[in-house]
Amino acid sequence: MSKKSENKIIEIKNLHKIFGEKTVLKGIDLSISEGEVVVLLGPSGCGKSTLLRTLNGLEKIQEGEILLDGVNISDSSSDWTKIRQKIGMVFQNYELFPHLNVIDNILLGPTKIQNRDKNEVLVQAEELLQKVGLADRKNAYPRELSGGQKQRIAIVRALCMNPEIMLFDEVTASLDPEMVREVLEVILNLAKSGMTMFIVTTKWDLQRQ
Amino acid sequence: MTKVIPLYTKALILTLKLASLGIIFSIIIGLLCNILLSKENKILTKIIHGYIELSRNTPLLIQLFFLYYGLTKFGIKLSETTCAIIGLSFLGGSYMSEALRAGIEAVHNNQIESGLSLGMNKWQLFRYVILPQAISVSIPLIGANAIFLLKETSVVGIIAIKELMNVTKSLIGIYYKTYESLLMLIVFYLIVLLPMSILLTLLERRLRYAEHGN
Amino acid sequence: MQNTGINLIFEGQNLARILQGLLITARVAFISIFISLILGFIFGLIYSSKNKIIRFFCRLYLELFRIIPILVWLFIFYFGFPELLDINIDGEVVALIVFIMWGIAETGDIARGALESLPKHQRESGMAIGLNKIQLYRYILLPQAFRRILPGTINLATRMIKTTSLIVMVGVMDVVKIGQQIIESNVLKVPDASFWIYGLIFFLYFIICYPLSKYAKTLENKWNK
Repeated sequence: MSKKSENKIIEIKNLHKIFGEKTVLKGIDLSISEGEVVVLLGPSGCGKSTLLRTLNGLEKIQEGEILLDGVNISDSSSDWTKIRQKIGMVFQNYELFPHLNVIDNILLGPTKIQNRDKNEVLVQAEELLQKVGLADRKNAYPRELSGGQKQRIAIVRALCMNPEIMLFDEVTASLDPEMVREVLEVILNLAKSGMTMFIVTTKWDLQRQ
Repeated sequence: MTKVIPLYTKALILTLKLASLGIIFSIIIGLLCNILLSKENKILTKIIHGYIELSRNTPLLIQLFFLYYGLTKFGIKLSETTCAIIGLSFLGGSYMSEALRAGIEAVHNNQIESGLSLGMNKWQLFRYVILPQAISVSIPLIGANAIFLLKETSVVGIIAIKELMNVTKSLIGIYYKTYESLLMLIVFYLIVLLPMSILLTLLERRLRYAEHGN
Repeated sequence: MQNTGINLIFEGQNLARILQGLLITARVAFISIFISLILGFIFGLIYSSKNKIIRFFCRLYLELFRIIPILVWLFIFYFGFPELLDINIDGEVVALIVFIMWGIAETGDIARGALESLPKHQRESGMAIGLNKIQLYRYILLPQAFRRILPGTINLATRMIKTTSLIVMVGVMDVVKIGQQIIESNVLKVPDASFWIYGLIFFLYFIICYPLSKYAKTLENKWNK
């Protein structure tokens, strides 16, 4: 992977995470540069998901710093609603909103939270849906889709927020082998296009790509 | 006897008005309770739980008597309708609160994280993620509570009328008539309330099936 | 002057009379609950029969008591039937009849629900090892049904206790009626009698019903996991 620039998007310094009595993460240092793809591989339960989740504030840290574009986002005064718009997250269980169809799922964030013009977002959404091969499913509801399709939609939904970095939390863990391939393809293309990514997984084949 | 039918129709409309107001206020109180509970303030939570237990473990009749007769101690004299609405809302509020809470808790934590990851604040989360999903669980419960409150309202009406009739007990002739009228009242209520109750119960059952897919 | 309100409760015979009234309320409640549980369970067994006609009438009986408010039923038996049949029924007897009929219907429904919710294979494996119908119920089905029945019946008992407040309307000398009498005879001397007396009754109902409903919730949590 060639570094596109030396601009560090994420910097983690001396991160500690404690659950009750257990210190799950101790003294972690990590930096991710723009355009870089970092894959964290390891057995279940070693704390890699936890580390990923500290990056967008779903887990709080007890010690250390997290810097996004050089700004410390881990102190208590951070406004996470603004920060999370810059960090895209894809979950293991897709977590699309069941009461909304595909296109509404994708449009919700950009239009209601980022207050962007609906038509502009619509163009971007349809373009991305085309790229993942699901343009014809834009009015479908999540319950009508397969796991692989839902995960690809979840990726599109996160991308439409125009994040600086994409986080992937064990995104192929709930998928059948055939569907893993279609999702991997999307992730691979995304990496090739220069998106900064942090991927956590237990599966070797994902890392191999 | 046919002369009293218009009177009973008036009573019925009044019952429906009271019940509707009671139901609406109950839902508002229920919403308020859940919003307050979401603040996760220890004292507030204890107060709300105390309210719920208090209103669910005491009979409506006693609540109403206490409100109507008891509050004169503080110089407050409420009209019968106001008392009825307050009493119904007090009782109904706790039931609605539980109904809404069941719906809210049914929304998975993962869904909330999904909303958070898009940058939603608490209000946006509630409006776009929690509420739409909570409604489908809560509506059957809210419907059942509404039927319950409608029945209780008719009981309030009957009691109010009977209390009035007790005043005229001294005159034997009228006393005899009061039993007849009372019986007529009951029959009248049945003719109108029964189909309504059955309809509402059927509706409630259908909603429940839709929810559980049974 | 401020304290005469609450002192009214302890004045003279008042407390004794209130407790007497409470005894009557409790008597109606507990007899009704006790008989309802026993007969209701049998009703539940009948209700869960496969015969459509039996089920229809059982269902009809149940719905009649669910849709028509209990107060209306009390009036039907206290005012209605005597008028039709030209007899007199004592208020307390009316209360017992209505409450027991109601209790049987609801208990039966709870029991039926519990029995029908038992996994089918329990029944089948019981029959496979050669148990006859009675043994099947006694050793396998009933112990399991019991767990599903108990929280529901405690909830029903709580509701029945709360509903006893209505029997004052059919002339029973229960705790509410006695309270009203005390208030009536003292209303000139003690202006806030209503507040304290009704407050006391409110409190009495609460301390009976609250532990019951808490217990039911604990059981439900324990057994549902």
